[in-house]
Amino acid sequence: MDFNTGERGELFRREVREFFAEHLTDEVRQRVRETGTVHDWKLHRALGEKGWLAASWPVEYGGQEREASEMAAFYEEAALAGAPFDGLLTTLIIANTIRHVGSDEQKREIIPPILRGEVLVALGYSEPGSGSDVASVRMRAVRDGDEWVIDGEKVFTTLAHESQYVILLTRTDPEVSKHAGLTMFLVPLDLPGIEIRPIHTLGGERTNSTFYAGVRVHDRWRVGEVNGGWDVMGVALTFERTVTGGKETVRLLERFVEWAREATDADGRPRLEEAPVREAIARTAIRNEVSYLLAQRANWVAASGGLPGVEGSQSRLFYTTRFQRTASELMDVIGPEAVLDHNAEGAPASGHIEHAHRHSQVGTIYGGTSEIQRGIIARRGLKLPSAR
Amino acid sequence: MDLDLGEDQQAIRDAVGGFLEKEVTPERVRDAEPGGFDAEVWRGLVDLGVAGMGLAESRGGMDGGLLDLALIAEPIGAHLTPAPFVETATVLRLLERVDAGAALADRFAETLASDASVATLALRPARSGTFRLVPAGAVADLVVGLDGDDLVALDAAPPGVGSVPSNLGAAPVSDRDANAGERTVLESGDAARTAFTAALDDWRVLTAGWLSGLADRALAIGVEYATSREQFGVPIGSFQAVSHRLADVSTEVEGARLLYREAAWSADEGLPRMGVLAGAAYLFASETAQKSAEESLHFHGGYGFTLEYDIQLFFRRAKTVALALDAQTPLLHDLAGRILQGSGRDLIGVGGG
Repeated sequence: MDFNTGERGELFRREVREFFAEHLTDEVRQRVRETGTVHDWKLHRALGEKGWLAASWPVEYGGQEREASEMAAFYEEAALAGAPFDGLLTTLIIANTIRHVGSDEQKREIIPPILRGEVLVALGYSEPGSGSDVASVRMRAVRDGDEWVIDGEKVFTTLAHESQYVILLTRTDPEVSKHAGLTMFLVPLDLPGIEIRPIHTLGGERTNSTFYAGVRVHDRWRVGEVNGGWDVMGVALTFERTVTGGKETVRLLERFVEWAREATDADGRPRLEEAPVREAIARTAIRNEVSYLLAQRANWVAASGGLPGVEGSQSRLFYTTRFQRTASELMDVIGPEAVLDHNAEGAPASGHIEHAHRHSQVGTIYGGTSEIQRGIIARRGLKLPSAR
Repeated sequence: MDLDLGEDQQAIRDAVGGFLEKEVTPERVRDAEPGGFDAEVWRGLVDLGVAGMGLAESRGGMDGGLLDLALIAEPIGAHLTPAPFVETATVLRLLERVDAGAALADRFAETLASDASVATLALRPARSGTFRLVPAGAVADLVVGLDGDDLVALDAAPPGVGSVPSNLGAAPVSDRDANAGERTVLESGDAARTAFTAALDDWRVLTAGWLSGLADRALAIGVEYATSREQFGVPIGSFQAVSHRLADVSTEVEGARLLYREAAWSADEGLPRMGVLAGAAYLFASETAQKSAEESLHFHGGYGFTLEYDIQLFFRRAKTVALALDAQTPLLHDLAGRILQGSGRDLIGVGGG
């Protein structure tokens, strides 16, 4: 038994930390905050130049074949630095999926520019009528010779307004059972018939509704078999689960401690001396360590060649629920000023905790709600009987 | 990162697990109430070699590290074993560490083998010459504790289980006279406080292992009941109102287990984070054990409230062991103090090291 993350991981960690210290400027952070677009092209291209978008990839793709500990260090440092990497996450999920199930042509065309940091791919799974029940999508794709005609609507197509492609889960056979009639397409977003409208969120992030009216897509953009979309989805979800164990709560605690060291009460005493402040620090640190360990465990299972189904769900469930609880509790401890946001003069921790309180609400929703995660743990982990 | 147990660790756990499964049944746990001590079970653990595992090999031990010991504390806790494994292991590690402990360790190694003697750490300093509510104090032949500026070891006849004040978890606690019997000063001044703190950290980690075992078994009992108990024509475990809460518990049990193991490992590696991790591990395992037992009890419906079902045994011990050291608030303050003393991201994190 060994809890060391390994020397290679620590060496890489230092390198990544220095990179973000240099490239992640306050100007970038401010733009992200103002636009809600959690992506920065300059930073993204710089990551591409470093070869880090392909850090875990095989050498034949221009990758660096970095081990699990290095990848964990990379994502931890990116989160600790507050790097805007939503685009990196969605794009690499699809790049990995294409690598495993895409055609040779797709691989040649898509993967090199993705790894250079020139291309983003948005995820088009959810629709107004299908969230957790993702296989119930209604978007139609109808074959017409060498082409497919796509009609329908996707929602929460985050970063579609910055992306060159969107991956669409469509219904190609409405006559068969819902999982059997799905097909996946990688669709260039500059095709005629596509409209992107912004959705603004509680966390300040911008996402989108995307509309597709008679969009004609060549069959070469089909990913996987016709009516084999659910299998492709399974591959994509595997990469989604193994991506990262968040460190946003560590940053949250750091900012809280900084605040507590500087803030004073009415009698001029440092707030750090207050009992509730210190108790909150202890409680948060415990949760952070457990979050870290559960994520490490899922990574370890994946690195050992397993599929971290239950482990991934446990990690995600714990982290996302504790992130919410922690942000809320830290605000309770701070008091009335805690509601001041980053636009207000003198906001505690420059509004970081207030923002975390809002932003953390999405964690228990996207990528499988807490209820979906609990269902996986209960059925696959505890072998409890299914409700259906 | 490697979360698999070592071969030796697995082999010892299997041996201990087999013994506990056979000998320490819920009936046996009930029979040991209210005194909370079963001399035959303790003798069995001595004979298996695990009671003195932390002693040096030259003393007949296995030179076991804190992780080796904590991995044994887990199944011992899962069976609610009425035997002072954690207490004795804590003291033996302390005796192996301090110079003045060598002679006592030699002697204890002998009486452990011959008489299955018991050692314990008084978790709070003596007040007015008394160590209050000492864990296993009713049966401990050797009590180590902080008395003023001195860390003392008392070799004294134990008062026996008849002295146990009636308590929630049928724990064999007892008050002990800080001046009784043969008194050895192990350390004085700062050295005494440092050695005492280190011993308390060992106790925290071992107890976190014990509580993780309790939490895991309480969950298993709840899952089993929810799988077999039918209402409205289906197993109650098929209701999300039940299964989702059990999923939460199982997540926390995994977390508690990882945390005590990391804390124990960091002690064996000599990492400065050990103190923070020990504090965190004990608090989290305490919370998790209580939640697991409470939820499992609740899902038993009315039967969970009866003394006939086993889950109450877990429920009562979870709270009792969680309160053995101190009230929750000072434990949190102690942990916060240590976190804030640390430097940089790795201690605040706490992870990432």
